[in-house]
Amino acid sequence: MKSIKIKADNLNVYYGEKQALFDVSMYMEEKQVTALIGPSGCGKSTFIRCLNRMNDVIDICKVQGKIEIDGNDIYAPDMQVEQLRERVGMVFQKPNPFPKSIFENVAYGPRIHGIAEHKSDLEEIVVNSLKKAALFDEVKDRLNDAGTGLSGGQQQRLCIARAISVNPDIILMDEPCSALDPIATARIEELMGELKTEYTIIIVTHSMQQAARVSSRTGFFHLGKLVEVDKTETIFSNPSDQRTQDYITGRFG
Amino acid sequence: MTDRIEQRINSLNKRLNSEKRFRIYCIGAMSFALAWVLILFLNIFSSGYSAFYRTVIQVDVPFLNLIEDTTQFTEMSSEDINNLSMYSFSKKAIYGLFPDIEEKKDKKMLIRLFSIEFEQEIREFLKSNKSNINETETIYLTASDDVDQVNKGNYPRDLDEDKRRIKDIQLLFFDDLVDRGLVSYEFNLPFLMRGDSREPELAGVGGSIVGSLFTILVVLILSFPIGIFAAIYLEEFAPKNRVTDFIEININNLAAVPSIVFGLLGLGIILNTFGLPRSTPLVGGIVLSLMTLPTIIIATRASLRAVPPSIREGALAVGATKMQAVMHHVVPVAMPGALTGTIIGLAQALGETAPLLLIGMVAFVVDVPQTPLDASASLPVQVYLWSESAERGYVEKTSATIMMLLGFLILMNLAAVLIRRKFETKW
Ligand SMILES: Nc1ncnc2c1ncn2[C@@H]1O[C@H](COP(=O)(O)OP(=O)(O)OP(=O)(O)O)[C@@H](O)[C@H]1O
Ligand SMILES: [Mg+2]
Repeated sequence: MKSIKIKADNLNVYYGEKQALFDVSMYMEEKQVTALIGPSGCGKSTFIRCLNRMNDVIDICKVQGKIEIDGNDIYAPDMQVEQLRERVGMVFQKPNPFPKSIFENVAYGPRIHGIAEHKSDLEEIVVNSLKKAALFDEVKDRLNDAGTGLSGGQQQRLCIARAISVNPDIILMDEPCSALDPIATARIEELMGELKTEYTIIIVTHSMQQAARVSSRTGFFHLGKLVEVDKTETIFSNPSDQRTQDYITGRFG
Repeated sequence: MTDRIEQRINSLNKRLNSEKRFRIYCIGAMSFALAWVLILFLNIFSSGYSAFYRTVIQVDVPFLNLIEDTTQFTEMSSEDINNLSMYSFSKKAIYGLFPDIEEKKDKKMLIRLFSIEFEQEIREFLKSNKSNINETETIYLTASDDVDQVNKGNYPRDLDEDKRRIKDIQLLFFDDLVDRGLVSYEFNLPFLMRGDSREPELAGVGGSIVGSLFTILVVLILSFPIGIFAAIYLEEFAPKNRVTDFIEININNLAAVPSIVFGLLGLGIILNTFGLPRSTPLVGGIVLSLMTLPTIIIATRASLRAVPPSIREGALAVGATKMQAVMHHVVPVAMPGALTGTIIGLAQALGETAPLLLIGMVAFVVDVPQTPLDASASLPVQVYLWSESAERGYVEKTSATIMMLLGFLILMNLAAVLIRRKFETKW
């Protein structure tokens, strides 16, 4: 039994009047990859965005229930979101590098958190993050070029490097490969395999093969409800709910 | 089957023809607009270019008549030279052009070929060359407006004498001077340097250029920071509720308010209530800022809105505060757009006349303003003032002022385009 990193308890999320998540309770294990699958609009992004309180940005979004990371309630009044987000990194569905140099993209996080004291420390962090994101070799000669000038797959790895740069415990990935070709996808999956030795990873994906390849546990969402969450092999070979069965066999979604 | 193909071809031809027609209409519309712009420019240019040079008449000034030894000027201070009585000396120098004239009336006529500041001009020459004045110096004195216009061919010489401001005898003098090669043109630097004057040949746009620049400076200093901060607050931080909706609507309304209303506001509040000095670029700038602010706010908000939200989320997701996300990532990307909007707002303000009339920037100001607190004119108001004057000299100066104004506007728009090109974020 691995130790539990994140625990969601009776999570209800509303966008204005509309309820997007219903009583979601699940846990995620430390230094494992947890996959979230489900048809479009079922609330996967909504759920994952609760974990770093990215939903705070949306005015109409209300979150009820409890989410604990390492036993601390992240929605407690004394929790500082900036600090939380430093610990819980996020990679978005569409690569969104800053319109700045590759170096600046990665250096930004450490800089605002005052992690690097000297310029050389900062350079070291940037290089290490790029290496961990398997991007360094491709960009080492042009760290001052614009991050937006990279290919889609490279941009996504740059965003991963950016997320790693502040040394988080957890990395949330919302369909990180949806805009990528199979080769870039394979690289990122490979990367996840390496990253999970250090980080707890939550990934939202539309590809069941991907979920099966990278994750140890998988949760299936449907219409805002967490239908089933279990070991990935169990979900794909022997799901207990009919809806999961239908979804993974491609009968809907 | 072939029928259907034929039908298709027919209908396609029809569509292609209608597209051709549409294009012709578009080109027609564009040519029409361009033609008007061209006519406007040609018209202004053709009547205004002659203001950039002026007629001068060479006069030999025998300085020895003023002093026994011209090297003595070297020792004199500017004040000493100012105290020299030079009026009759200067007049005599001019009489020297036609030594044979005896009649007092004719002498007067001769003097009137020159601008009334001839004494001053000789004095200035003396002051700036005091260390090497020869016994006799050749000085180019400004011709009077009438002579200037006759020389430029703008003045009808064949009218009856009593309908002309320039008299027959003056024309005789003038033609003789031309024959002797003493009449020439030079670049009209005083036009660019001096303030307004009652004498058309001495009137310059320098005062109104400086006035306009001070005004624009005040507008820039006031409306750029206020506009940018207001736009950032409204777009990035303000909660979306009734109050902010109300503010938003009213900013858009403000942009549509006729400019003269701002002038009334300036008159009523800034001049009468706060008692700031009237006719000054400071007050003009404050009034024009009210007009420019909505333009800047709207342009800045539009360019802030154009920054993809994913950039903000990217910054927030590494733990930036909202302000850091906005200041480090959103504002830099939006800046070129905001600057372009600002420059366009400034260009509007530069050409604005109505509100300035109300706050008294329409006064006749001879001195070039030294600070934004000095009474001054501005370029568009100068156009308005001179276009009402009867003397011919003001006609070309009106057009020349419009040329300067258009020149500044074109420069500013060019700057806007260049800034946009240079700093725009490439995605
Ligand atoms: N900002 C928002 N405002 C209002 N409703 C929203 C907002 N974001 C999401 N929703 C609604 O919440 C529900 C869940 O959306 P969510 O984005 O979590 O789905 P998802 O599972 O990520 O879908 P997809 O796989 O297509 O990304 C949807 O019905 C959606 O319409
Ligand atoms: Mg989603």
